[in-house]
Amino acid sequence: MKVSIYRYNPETDREPYMQEYEVDTQGKDLMVLDVLALVKEQDPTLAYRRSCREGVCGSDGMNMNGKNGLACVTALSIVAPGVLEGKKALVIRPLPGLPVIRDLVVDMTMFYNQYEKVQPYLINDTPAPAIERLQSPEEREKLDGLYECILCACCSTSCPSFWWNPEKFLGPAALLQGYRFLADSRDTARDDRLSRLDDPFSLFRCRGIMNCVSVCPKGLNPTRAIGHIRDMLLERAI
Amino acid sequence: MVTSVTSFSRNGVSDWLVQRFSAILLGAYFIGLFGYLVCGAGVDYAAWHALMTSVPMKIINTLVILAIAAHAWVGLWTVTTDYLTRMTFGGAATGVRLAAQALLVLLLAGYVLWGLWMIWGA
Ligand code: SF4
Ligand code: SF4
Ligand code: FES
Repeated sequence: MKVSIYRYNPETDREPYMQEYEVDTQGKDLMVLDVLALVKEQDPTLAYRRSCREGVCGSDGMNMNGKNGLACVTALSIVAPGVLEGKKALVIRPLPGLPVIRDLVVDMTMFYNQYEKVQPYLINDTPAPAIERLQSPEEREKLDGLYECILCACCSTSCPSFWWNPEKFLGPAALLQGYRFLADSRDTARDDRLSRLDDPFSLFRCRGIMNCVSVCPKGLNPTRAIGHIRDMLLERAI
Repeated sequence: MVTSVTSFSRNGVSDWLVQRFSAILLGAYFIGLFGYLVCGAGVDYAAWHALMTSVPMKIINTLVILAIAAHAWVGLWTVTTDYLTRMTFGGAATGVRLAAQALLVLLLAGYVLWGLWMIWGA
């Protein structure tokens, strides 16, 4: 099968280019990450990130035939139907909107900066009890669909608002984590957290396009979390 | 990066509310007016003139014009801060964006004054 991969080495290349490879999967419907491993056997200069190879670490987010996802859990037949029959090529690019360090490796600094801004940790200024801070099963349930995020950046880098204003719009991943702590019954910084989000950019740049929802490999719904935060902000303002 | 926040309110919550409320007002106004034209069979100039010069309608029209201007401003301000940035215009971005926004403000202010003059003038 044909594979077309974005290549860029800032030390030697003036500009990025697409390189074509021919890979034999022996007819098997492999995951994209396995195909990359086969390519790397042919061409050890290809650079990409991966670690767990089972959708847990979040390091191999990339753009496959136009859609962001984790290469290790994305099957060829899903991302590029017909690629095994030679009807089309598998096209792999780095996550859009972030600076490329080399080939498929992007600089995630902007993404992590936005994550840091939502203070992604429990804040509680009441005296610590002798045992854990307890939650009822219902309170704990509110964190479902939020805590599972692996920070792969597939969502934020598919969001046009994040592309245009990556320094000011927090992006779906950071906002989902922001809501994870706003929704936590043990957190006492709710008002402070909300005050950091009510400017016209941080949250309100979300235009509800739901690209983030359609790409999240963990099946999470940042748009809904953003809606919940917006409701909290409106409630507080009125 | 968009550094100069030229939003009038500097607050996303109020921008959001302005946009939604003005949208509701505009939607209701145009549906109502459309309904009047369709149902009020045989609307002639005299009837239309009487409607538009009645004081309640003058007040509604004033609110509608202000709603259009506010709605357009929030929307266009968003568009300018999305697309007229360093990514598209490099170092000149702030100047280009401010010029575009100034033009939009003048245009909208002109429309509002013109509209008010039509409603209340003469
Ligand atoms: S919300 Fe989903 S797509 Fe976004 S960073 Fe978390 S796991 Fe990745
Ligand atoms: S719903 Fe909001 S955060 Fe998600 S992709 Fe669209 S604009 Fe971005
Ligand atoms: S390699 Fe860890 S998520 Fe894909």
